[in-house]
Amino acid sequence: MSEARSTRRGFLAGGAIAAGGALVGGAARAAGDPAIMEAQPWARHLGDGVDARPYGHPSAFEKDVVRRDVPWLTADAQSSVNFTPLHELDGIITPNGLCFERHHGGIAEVDPAQYRLMIHGLVETPLVFTLADLKRFPRVNRVHFLECAANSGMEWRGAQLNGCQFTHGMIHNVMYTGVRLSDLLAEAGVKTAGKWLLAEGGDASGMTRSIPMEKALDDCLVAFKMNGEALRPEQGYPVRLVVPGWEGNMWIKWLRRLEVGDAPWEQREETSKYTDLLPNGKARRFTWEMDAKSVITSPSPQAPILHGKGPTVLTGIAWSGRGAIPRVDVTIDGGMNWVEARLDGPSFEKSIHRFYHEFDWDGRPLLLQSRAHDSTGYVQPTKDELRKVRGTNSIYHNNGIQTWAVNENGEAENVEIS
Amino acid sequence: MSRFPEALGLAFAAALIAAPVAAGTLGLGRPALPEEIEAWNIDVRPDGLGLPEGSGSVEVGEEIFTEKCAMCHGDFGEGAGRWPQLAGGAGTLTGARPVKTIGSYWPYLSTVYDYVRRAMPFGDAQSLSADDTYALVAYLLYLNDLVEDDFTLSKENFAEVEMPNAGGFVADDRAAEPFAKPHEVCMTGCKASVAITARAAVLDVTPEGGAPAGAETEDGPAAAAPEPDAKAEPAVATDPAPAAAPAEAAFDAALAAAGETLFKKCKACHKIEEGGKNGAGPALHGVFGRAIGHADGFRYSKAFEKLAEDGGVWDAAALDAFLASPKDFAKGTKMSFAGLKSAEERAAMIEYLKSASQ
Ligand code: HEC
Ligand code: HEC
Repeated sequence: MSEARSTRRGFLAGGAIAAGGALVGGAARAAGDPAIMEAQPWARHLGDGVDARPYGHPSAFEKDVVRRDVPWLTADAQSSVNFTPLHELDGIITPNGLCFERHHGGIAEVDPAQYRLMIHGLVETPLVFTLADLKRFPRVNRVHFLECAANSGMEWRGAQLNGCQFTHGMIHNVMYTGVRLSDLLAEAGVKTAGKWLLAEGGDASGMTRSIPMEKALDDCLVAFKMNGEALRPEQGYPVRLVVPGWEGNMWIKWLRRLEVGDAPWEQREETSKYTDLLPNGKARRFTWEMDAKSVITSPSPQAPILHGKGPTVLTGIAWSGRGAIPRVDVTIDGGMNWVEARLDGPSFEKSIHRFYHEFDWDGRPLLLQSRAHDSTGYVQPTKDELRKVRGTNSIYHNNGIQTWAVNENGEAENVEIS
Repeated sequence: MSRFPEALGLAFAAALIAAPVAAGTLGLGRPALPEEIEAWNIDVRPDGLGLPEGSGSVEVGEEIFTEKCAMCHGDFGEGAGRWPQLAGGAGTLTGARPVKTIGSYWPYLSTVYDYVRRAMPFGDAQSLSADDTYALVAYLLYLNDLVEDDFTLSKENFAEVEMPNAGGFVADDRAAEPFAKPHEVCMTGCKASVAITARAAVLDVTPEGGAPAGAETEDGPAAAAPEPDAKAEPAVATDPAPAAAPAEAAFDAALAAAGETLFKKCKACHKIEEGGKNGAGPALHGVFGRAIGHADGFRYSKAFEKLAEDGGVWDAAALDAFLASPKDFAKGTKMSFAGLKSAEERAAMIEYLKSASQ
């Protein structure tokens, strides 16, 4: 409960220390740096042997790099969400233990020996597969982001949460190993009237979503591995659906049933939820694709500049549900002037891309923003452009440009600007 | 290979002569039995496909709702605490704070039937009969002023109910939004000045934690350094979990049995069996004689954290006071439960909790 939770007050104090700390950082002193002059315990005594950590964990010094929730958001932890610590990550892959969680009925602990996947409805032969059966289909490996449609949803009415973990942390990016959904459907033989697919989870919420057959046959996967190892229970062990580029709620975890039909099922998660209310009282439905979006992960409120003036690395992530990210622009002066950021790392369709912008900080306040362009030519809009059309009640699909204000001490804050 | 078990013995031979599987398929999996499909296929579509035979009245629905749903959703569907609201909200969709409920927002009645049957009551999903579900859906319609109190819903009249917001949905037209078309962007001298118009810090709703990694490591390894401001979170370190559980006394089996029956009011949120996990509420096995607010790994309310800090223990008197009125015992508790008004019921419940703590 209280372990590893430092406070906002502690953080501000830390920021202040940091400003002073920058002066001594790695600088040589008259007496020599104790980190060099004194023998460190780890350089002298033997550490744990090979079997001490049969499944490795991060260093104890990384104990604060964890998923965190926003307790006031939900009534209980079984139907709730926590957030990926984006400010601590780099590259494009999210480690399995840090992928945000969103459950509607808690984590189902499915026994793989009892696992079954059923395909039925408008098919030639209704089928049941075991996990072993699934692993006998040809496998594919794909890197994709999964973003909750409600990511940044708390920011519609204005800047609310101080930290990209909370404003943008309902996303993760993982390499999946699995089989093509189209191969499984072909095995059962979809009848010509079969235009829709209902995917259902085996958890206590019986999560369901209708998916158009076109998408199912295009690039969906039935996955059993993430980043090389079995799916984590909280990510749907042993089997989840992968619906590249589309809202996370559709990526049914603990997948147990696929029904083929001729019309959508209008489930709770595609009527009561995941519909986007507009100012005129009408709501958009079936808003599946995730629009191009980006965020600067450092500096950011949880990752202030601690080193003072001088060479500074700005970094962030960008993604689009419609393709790849060929370009990201960044500004450090609140949008008066922009530069193209440097993209680095692999570029996959419907995957997170990593960008950097190295600059020489003069110690003056900054207003940081990033703007993603995707391979269809779509440009990430500002929050105000979105609000002008959609108002502030749509909860979902907020892909507006995020602003962080950095002060003279290097501390960053979530703000909105003119 | 063949999918049929009786043909397994022939599999080797069959493989050699290439079994007649459909073009492009591998012959993996086995046929699903009709009864297996029936066991899992519980979805209901707007056109009525999937609706089971049956019916249920508002009157019966009220009884079931009071027993199984009201502790979270409120007696009138108004939502207890932060649990979802199920009724009301008519006319709010264009306002500043829309209230989206079955009556004000849901386009199809089939969704209510489908969802309640598949996912409710929360923590005891798929336990309702077809008739009970019809009755609950009827009652939810009644709570939303859509039917009279003498209404009975059935498979036959299901399609006749009109949902007020049935016409409230439009297709995804994001592609037509003014900013959605590919366009050139300004790169230099894009505006003359910039001002901050809003700050998240003003609201101060960010949870604590997630401090910058460097902040504590700057002057020494974080693991060795004292936690900055460790006092801000209630001190679990002073854990006073009493080693000597009081009242090892035998319990009254008959009274405990009465309590067990009553426990159905608590079941949606609490597990009581040995090794039972925390749910919406903390695991209650061994709660009698346990320190208040000490179920492993449960995130208690601030109110309970305070009680835990004060070192209270669940004895009969404390349980009696708490169960009589949770909100009075612990102002701000997140146990959304009105309380057990009758002293006999409380005595029976306490006896049952005691029996489950031996
Ligand atoms: C322990 C608390 C609890 C109990 C008891 C409970 N519910 Fe729920 N109910 C919830 C939660 C939590 C959700 C939202 C679940 C999610 O996040 O997917 C919910 C959602 C719902 C919804 C959908 C609300 C919406 O706007 O989308 C309906 C309808 C509903 N419940 C009906 C019932 C009925 C009928 C019962 C009794 C048979 C019941 N519930 C019992 C907690 C409860
Ligand atoms: C709607 C969900 C809900 C229902 C129904 C409910 N509880 Fe609770 N209960 C909770 C929650 C949540 C807490 C934790 C309170 C807090 O943190 O404020 C709790 C706490 C408790 C505690 C204190 C446990 C501890 O570890 O200190 C007891 C005892 C208890 N409940 C008994 C009952 C009994 C008996 C019933 C039925 C008569 C019941 N509860 C019904 C949610 C519920």
